[in-house]
Amino acid sequence: MRSVLTIYRKELCDHFSSNKFLILLSLIYIAGLSSTYVSLTNIRQAASSLDEHVFLYLFTTKGDILPSFITFIRFFIPIIGIIFGFDAINSEKTSGNLSRVLSQPIYRDSLINSKFLAGITTLGIIIASIVFIISGVGLFSIGVPPTSEEILRISFFIFICIFYGGFWMGLSILFSVIMEKTAASILITTAIWIFLMFFLPIIADAIANAMAPVSDNPTFTELARNYSISSSISRISPATLFSESIIVLLMPIGGNLIINNKAGLVQSYEMLQSGEMQLNHPLSLGQSLVQVWPQLVAIIALAIVCFAVSYIIFMRQEIRST
Amino acid sequence: MNDIKDLIISKNLSKKYNGQLVVDNFSISIKNGEIFGLLGPNGAGKSTIILMILGLTEPTSGSISVGGFNSTRQPLKVKRITGYLPEKVGFYEDMTAMENLSYTAELNNIPYREIPSKIDEVLDTVSLSKNKKQQVRTFSKGMKQRLGIADVLIKDPRLIIFDELTEGLDVKVANQILQTILDLNASKNITFLLSSHQLNLVQKVCSRVGILSSGKLINQGSVESLGRELFGGGKYRIEIELEKITGKIADKLKKLDKVISVNKTGKKFTIVCDKDIRQGISRLVSNEGILLTRMDMKKDALEEIYLKYFKEE
Repeated sequence: MRSVLTIYRKELCDHFSSNKFLILLSLIYIAGLSSTYVSLTNIRQAASSLDEHVFLYLFTTKGDILPSFITFIRFFIPIIGIIFGFDAINSEKTSGNLSRVLSQPIYRDSLINSKFLAGITTLGIIIASIVFIISGVGLFSIGVPPTSEEILRISFFIFICIFYGGFWMGLSILFSVIMEKTAASILITTAIWIFLMFFLPIIADAIANAMAPVSDNPTFTELARNYSISSSISRISPATLFSESIIVLLMPIGGNLIINNKAGLVQSYEMLQSGEMQLNHPLSLGQSLVQVWPQLVAIIALAIVCFAVSYIIFMRQEIRST
Repeated sequence: MNDIKDLIISKNLSKKYNGQLVVDNFSISIKNGEIFGLLGPNGAGKSTIILMILGLTEPTSGSISVGGFNSTRQPLKVKRITGYLPEKVGFYEDMTAMENLSYTAELNNIPYREIPSKIDEVLDTVSLSKNKKQQVRTFSKGMKQRLGIADVLIKDPRLIIFDELTEGLDVKVANQILQTILDLNASKNITFLLSSHQLNLVQKVCSRVGILSSGKLINQGSVESLGRELFGGGKYRIEIELEKITGKIADKLKKLDKVISVNKTGKKFTIVCDKDIRQGISRLVSNEGILLTRMDMKKDALEEIYLKYFKEE
């Protein structure tokens, strides 16, 4: 146990003292605070029409130019996960540290477990700190304290973010175990991220349009079928699962419509964000969790599977100094 | 446990990779306090044997134990008493020498309060005390190797394994390191297992060597005994080259004290003997009125033994 703690502490120190941590932290703070500034401006302008869950608007309101905080976070979390994991094992191998460290009286899995835990802790600290800063700024600016339900929703949001980051970290650690060179592991992981994040939705739409074309004057059934196929394919991507979960959690007014395939009613997420579409009765926290339960379980399972595969491969790998 | 005479005992150790036998029935006993050299060309299986000793890879069959602990079933106990310095020793370059050693000490469960004094002691042993607060990235290769020795010493090991320790080092630094090995062996009775290609260096420190070819241990023993076995039993081999040959010179050489055999090839003679008889040879040749153009003496040169085994590889 002491060996796990020793490696964990050392990895944590490495992360906190690294330039990549400072750069990522700065980027996410700039993005988070910019989107907060925009959302605060919009919240002030629409203060009279916002009665419930005002605090959550801090995270979900977008401006004309800048996207909302949750859009930023959806983009940044995979980057943080990949950057903290892509060289976890292969850099130890190429530097000659792996065989030296593993020749100490420690179990082999102590190394990979500690590295994963330290990465997740760092990611959690980054996410939690920016969420707390935004909450603090929001509290100070709008003067409305969060309700207990809002606090719980934000806590669940942080929890999902950590598991979502855990998936990307697990994936990049997996490639750091498989690939000899750090350049190769970061390239492959980034390629997977780009595919799942940007290309898969395009491919999903193309397949949906081919399988269930939408006419110029679409009927509800046409739209629903098209949307159903498209969203089913998109859900292969953890990015889609993550987006759906946090939208439902942080947008109790209407967020659930997006994942319920009510395509005829909701054309896009932007409609919700712009306030064009809202429900009169927001979902309770319990109802929101029920809505996103499959997505939540899938994200957690994907993170565990990714790490488990890298764990198994690492445990069976030959340890050589060259 | 300290009474165990043989520190490393390997019995019929074999290892297959993808169906290919890389270590074949490797059996050996290495005694407490011995400096043992494991020799063999690349791919002979030296590193695989070292990994099996440390429990970092499992044997396909056979067993190996260190200090009475089975490397496969009790790897932590084996690693607790074994220090290993790999061929390409790596340190965390952003950390100082002291921080790197402190990390190793913590991984070895050394109590926190003992770590600073332990670090000072091992750094002093390898003459790096002045550099303890220096980042490892500023260290030369020789300094890193010495830090590597300090790193393995921090756990007070009974066995130290060096894989190609002196590779890439200049002769002066390599000799310093070898002297450190001899000092540690003498002062702390630490057993060493060295794997090296630099045979002349191995010869300087090893009390016994094992010669490995295609995963098989083809011979083992002291350099002296291997030399005798291969070169006709004599301790010394003296090669001479004469300007001309007279009929009786070979017979007269054979009659010199402690001469075992004399072989003639053209104007060259190879004399195998148990004593340094160079003076006697030059006197004899001079008395015969023959000009001695060359005389070399080889004392069980490990390189020659090695070449004899691997001349075809």
